[in-house]
Amino acid sequence: MIFSVHVEVRLRPGIADPQGSTIEKALPTLGFDGVKGVRVGKSIRFDIDAADESAARAEADDLCRRFLTNPVIEDAVIHVEAGAAAGATS
Amino acid sequence: MSLRVGVVVFPGSNCEQDMLEAMALVGAEGELLWHGDETTNGVDAVIIPGGFAHGDYLRPGAIARFSPVMAAVAEFAASGGPVVGICNGFQVLTEAGLLPGALQKNRGLKFLCAPAELRVESTDSILTRSAEAGSVLQVPINHFEGNYTCDAETLAQLRDEDRIVLRYVDNPNGSVDDIAGVCNAGRNVVGLMPHPERATSELLGSTDGLALLRSIVA
Repeated sequence: MIFSVHVEVRLRPGIADPQGSTIEKALPTLGFDGVKGVRVGKSIRFDIDAADESAARAEADDLCRRFLTNPVIEDAVIHVEAGAAAGATS
Repeated sequence: MSLRVGVVVFPGSNCEQDMLEAMALVGAEGELLWHGDETTNGVDAVIIPGGFAHGDYLRPGAIARFSPVMAAVAEFAASGGPVVGICNGFQVLTEAGLLPGALQKNRGLKFLCAPAELRVESTDSILTRSAEAGSVLQVPINHFEGNYTCDAETLAQLRDEDRIVLRYVDNPNGSVDDIAGVCNAGRNVVGLMPHPERATSELLGSTDGLALLRSIVA
């Protein structure tokens, strides 16, 4: 069964995020004065063929830990849904 | 007989020829090791040079660590063989788990290409054993992701075990504790962001890199 997976890769709390802070510093010049805590991450999507949702999640967890994130500086939020992602071409 | 030094080439490496020239200057015989071969080919030392291995896709070093040669490099390192990662090579070694920590984007988000002053903090490593403790070397940096970071526990361990081998005199990139280079517990694996192979001739502005490169082949 096919599951679509969405991985949000984020810098771990406490890790400096120069991209986020640069964006945040630019916002007041556009008139956005109330925006705080900007953090920049990555969004990665793929489909997994697995027996059930927990198997798909376990595989995605393993994939994130060993490849998609560097656990020294990053962590990931993993979303799993039944069915291939809309717009998938393969 | 001169020592044989293997210089690993990934798709996207770009400092390997400079490193071969530098090895000749310190009396060693450099040879290229292709990333797709599962061997270090019996060399006496391994250098992972700078560049953009596998395009730096995902993260610098993230894909290079899966190249077939890296299992052989890890085995070579585990047996005590000297392994040095320079710039992108340092990023590869951290991603491969052969060195602690990680390299983030520079503080200030600028690609930095400039001379840097490095202080030799420990001479107990295969990259610094021929250098003078406390001496300041002028060696260029050339990186976007050279901001060394690690957790507090790792930093304490690096300090306690005298494994911070080089520090920036004037921290250019935001690295924690001014770290420019670190070694592993066995002191035979060293990573640094600056490029000693680009400080090997007066024509290049400095010959201070030679003290480091001589250490590898000492």
